[in-house]
Amino acid sequence: MNSAEARFGDFGGQYIPETLMNEIHALEAAYARFSADPEFIAELDALLHDYAGRPSRLYFAGNLSAELGTNVWLKREDLNHTGSHKINNVLGQCLLAKRMGKTRVIAETGAGQHGVACATAAALLGLDCEIFMGLEDTVRQSLNVYRMELLGAKVNPVTSGTMTLKDAVNDAMREWVGRVDDTLYVLGSVMGPHPFPMMVRDFQSVIGREIRAQLAEATGGRLPTAVIACVGGGSNAIGSFHAFISLPEVRLIGCEAAGEGIDTERHAATIAKGSIGVFHGMKSYFCQDSDGQIAPVYSISAGLDYPGIGPEHAWLHATGRAEYVPVTDEEAVTAFEKLALTEGIICAIESAHAMAHLSKIAPEFGPDDHVVVTLSGRGDKDVAAIARYRGKQVTE
Amino acid sequence: MSNIAAAFAHGKAFIAFLTAGDPSIEASERFIDALIEGGADLIEIGIPFSDPIAEGVVIQAANVRSLTHGTRLDHAFELAAKVHAKTETPLVFLTYLNPVFHYGYEAFTARCAQVGVSGLIIPDLPFEEQGELKGIAAAHGVDIITLIAPTSEQRIAAIATEATGFIYLVSSLGVTGVRSEITTDLGAIVRAIKAHTDTPVAVGFGVHSPEQAAQIGAVADGVIVGSKIVSLIAEHGEDSAERLRDYARQMKEALRSR
Repeated sequence: MNSAEARFGDFGGQYIPETLMNEIHALEAAYARFSADPEFIAELDALLHDYAGRPSRLYFAGNLSAELGTNVWLKREDLNHTGSHKINNVLGQCLLAKRMGKTRVIAETGAGQHGVACATAAALLGLDCEIFMGLEDTVRQSLNVYRMELLGAKVNPVTSGTMTLKDAVNDAMREWVGRVDDTLYVLGSVMGPHPFPMMVRDFQSVIGREIRAQLAEATGGRLPTAVIACVGGGSNAIGSFHAFISLPEVRLIGCEAAGEGIDTERHAATIAKGSIGVFHGMKSYFCQDSDGQIAPVYSISAGLDYPGIGPEHAWLHATGRAEYVPVTDEEAVTAFEKLALTEGIICAIESAHAMAHLSKIAPEFGPDDHVVVTLSGRGDKDVAAIARYRGKQVTE
Repeated sequence: MSNIAAAFAHGKAFIAFLTAGDPSIEASERFIDALIEGGADLIEIGIPFSDPIAEGVVIQAANVRSLTHGTRLDHAFELAAKVHAKTETPLVFLTYLNPVFHYGYEAFTARCAQVGVSGLIIPDLPFEEQGELKGIAAAHGVDIITLIAPTSEQRIAAIATEATGFIYLVSSLGVTGVRSEITTDLGAIVRAIKAHTDTPVAVGFGVHSPEQAAQIGAVADGVIVGSKIVSLIAEHGEDSAERLRDYARQMKEALRSR
């Protein structure tokens, strides 16, 4: 492989142990072959339609639009089977794993959305499945742990490091290094070594393609003025952006988790506060200290609680094609509550970061603009945590 | 050309790894002295990292202990400088790429040369990605020591041809850690490597006993021991020096029989 193909500008690459290199090359070759294979494409499209429930709705949020003085459209990935955009990627990768002759998949998970999605796809397609989840996250999201077990997956609580998402990735990589023959590591975001950032983006880019077609259909051919999405590793954001990257008139805005604020130590705002580094197989931006140690990060959202960002986002940031903005816990929780009250939608706390930013920048848009916000997931999993944040105790 | 070749000039090499700053930088210096007295031919100093993805639980724990005690990158350089001032035994760093990248490739390898570090083993820098660092390191006389794994297969020729210093042959799949048995046909991989290079080949991952050292010494140019040494340090703490000297002596003795 030409290493330039593995990169977005200078970002990306394949910084992984030698033991995995042949397997990564095999994955690249398999993906190149099957992503061009009409039979594979047809099978994946059928699963996305019949099983995941695609296309997801592009919903005109009338109440919010009236209040904000512009046209607000919500891309409803929360209505997919398993309740988030993660299903788009896992169906693609698990189908690929089957075609590659693998019998087992492993995955990391933060909030549990990717873990549940992966366990779901594995159950459907008859693959063994093991999920690596930080011990702290298994406590924060205990219902999702049981969901994965119901789906037949084994959940391994990760006790190394900070016991959160980055450590789950570490342990999943360690597991993969020990067992490449029958196992595919189904990475959950547009991160890691090539080809994952490209492959996961391709599987998620259905979001943006649908947005473009659905908005054009509803408005007589208009493009969005802006597309706004939350960013941890960045898969729902890249999925939402990709169809518009070559259209400079469409603003692309990624919302990072600022936790308790970017002027504190307690955040996960990689672009706002991080610097370029090499970690988890990729050159990108990371939260790190002056010795290049990866920094502990924090967000109320377990799904955005990651010290890095996918390399294509790093490139979109470096080239100025997309904007990346920090959103605090408080802003996200307020937006979470507001969306419930105005539109009757309880969205994931991750997605609420994007809703919060919409409220902030709404004055920049007028009645002739169309702003799309991707609701990456539904918020059932977050209700108890939001209650705790507001000082209320609820029993799950 | 670094002084690493000297490590392979006294028969089969015993290469000893420890994590800098576990349990303290002062202890690491005493432990390195003891390992060299016991017969270690090359010392691999591990720079502790927050996320050592190629390590098993034993070395992960050493990384945590060291960082918790406040070990900084500067301490690892200072440790190497002190050891280098009193011995000719070659020194290399084992480090993940990010600390090197963050420090700057030029500045990092210049400082390696200054403190007497002859090579860098970087588990997350595979052959295809070495280009950005290798030339800069070579200009300072620092070798990038490349790894070959049981899964490398058709990649062996290209990797071996470009190798400098020594080749780190990973004994088996998985992360570092003591293994009771190594089932890989190491002899076949060493022969495949030797068809393309004269660079010495040392075997690591899972190696811990004198018996294994003798077996591997029959087919390779040396053995690398990490987890066993780190577990001795975990067990005996500040008082590990004598144990490490004895252990190094046993391992070197086993290799001498080859």
